[in-house]
Amino acid sequence: MKTKHTASRIAIDIITVILAVIWIFPLYWAVNTSLSLDTNTIKVPPMFFPKPLLFDAFDYVIKNTSIIQWYLNSVLTALVIVVVVLFISMMCAYALSQINFPGHKGTFFAILAGFMIPTATNAIPLFMLMNDLNLVNTYTGLILPQLVSPIAVIVYKQFFDQMPAELSDAAKIDGAGEYRILFSIFMPLNWGITWSLAIVQFIWAWNNFFWPFIIINDTPKMTIPVGITQVQSWYGIAYPKQLASAVLAALPTMVLYLIFQKKVNQSVALTSGLK
Amino acid sequence: MDNSKKPVLSPMAKKTRNKKWIIAVSMLLPFMLVYLLFLIYPTFRVVLLSFTDSDIAGIGKFIGLDNYNTLIHDELFWSSLWHTLYFMLLCVVPNTAMGLILALLLVRLKKGREIAQACFFLPYILPVSVVTVIWIWLFDSNYGVVNFLLHTKIQWLQDASWAMPSVSFVTIWWTVGFNMLLFIAGLESIPKEYYEAAALDGADSGLKVFNSITWPLLWPVTSLVLVLQILAQWQIFNQVYLLTGGGPANKTIVVLQYMYVESFQNGKGGYGATISTALFILILATSVFETKLLKKRYL
Repeated sequence: MKTKHTASRIAIDIITVILAVIWIFPLYWAVNTSLSLDTNTIKVPPMFFPKPLLFDAFDYVIKNTSIIQWYLNSVLTALVIVVVVLFISMMCAYALSQINFPGHKGTFFAILAGFMIPTATNAIPLFMLMNDLNLVNTYTGLILPQLVSPIAVIVYKQFFDQMPAELSDAAKIDGAGEYRILFSIFMPLNWGITWSLAIVQFIWAWNNFFWPFIIINDTPKMTIPVGITQVQSWYGIAYPKQLASAVLAALPTMVLYLIFQKKVNQSVALTSGLK
Repeated sequence: MDNSKKPVLSPMAKKTRNKKWIIAVSMLLPFMLVYLLFLIYPTFRVVLLSFTDSDIAGIGKFIGLDNYNTLIHDELFWSSLWHTLYFMLLCVVPNTAMGLILALLLVRLKKGREIAQACFFLPYILPVSVVTVIWIWLFDSNYGVVNFLLHTKIQWLQDASWAMPSVSFVTIWWTVGFNMLLFIAGLESIPKEYYEAAALDGADSGLKVFNSITWPLLWPVTSLVLVLQILAQWQIFNQVYLLTGGGPANKTIVVLQYMYVESFQNGKGGYGATISTALFILILATSVFETKLLKKRYL
């Protein structure tokens, strides 16, 4: 009985390992190809290790495309989005959670409902709005629609609701206003949540494709996920270069994930309504 | 609540109440502004636009239900709708099942769980265009490693019957890690005592325990995973557009891509808005329907 148990356990372990290898293989393959010589990628059978190992494709992509510029655009827009989203959502959540003003329930309900609105179907009127404001093909036009994140408000509110009332009561007796209480008590005590939200928002903003794809036309203004789709037509068929640009585009979020794996896992569960 | 009794307020209390209002509004304002301007306003405007022959700059006149009349008889719209549904059929349930299976496999690991989890989750944090560049290469019909390993010569993304299944497979590879994470969180929140109690009651086979404890207690997570996916898959565009471009011969064009083509490529903002509105209604209807259905099942 016991040996049968261990045997099946080992079998399941092996299945897990096989699946994990299958899942990670495409990423390995991308790196492998990006380090290979052009002509070595069209050999049959394919070479499972890059030999010779070359950084030529990376060198080429960095020198001949706007990839550095796309990086900067992505970093800049993602950071602005994260900071602004967290700031305005935190204030909004604080007011909803701690200030008992008339209409706070209705307002929160409206925000919850906003969570259900699909965003892709709004692309046309958003584009027209940006067009009217002369913001097509600008960073501002790229950033503005990405600032709405009902989920950040919802998560912040959840945590602010759990804060003990004594904390703010004591501060109020000492004469602190609502802004003081938010920024000197609630914000520092909830850094963990802010970090979680920041990580998730950053990944979303970094990876966002549809809106940047619609609003930006000039190649140098593109973010990295949209930019690398331009690369394909520049090279013709040269897989090492395409994959080098893909690897470069994937690097920041990958590194972020590998460093903060635990935190990212928590954050993802947290922002989808599970703790 | 304390204000339900409506006490008579002294002038002093009234003043502080007004001040409270002003502070609350000042804190809400920034979020509410972007919320109204970039989420609520477009949602209404897209419906209004659907009754016009507007161009992509928003200039046009009211034409009543003409766009809807065109839409009903538009074969490409119906086939794009069918492709979206076909994609969902290929994707939603397998992706959920796979997420659950991976979660069940991983929670029992004592060693190497972090690494295994990273293997399955890493694809999820890649931009869609990175995913598609990688898979276009893997699926290459001449030199792609997939054909090599399977000893096949299939044109995965160009063959009409393989294109959509391939796109679905890529989508599952890309996003299953997210579902897996949610399932892991759900599995870990099931109290261990339940399993101990089940063992005492003689539920010795894994399947029995799964059926009587894991599955019912996990249902809120399962329904969340299903709802989130259906909501996202209705709006599928990116990976289809980048992998197949809607081809071969519009065989994989999806609703959102059709909206994109009509409005942003052909300049028909009004008609694009009609497609958007139709999609919007379909999404809302499914959301309402599925919350009702999924709640009935276990909650």
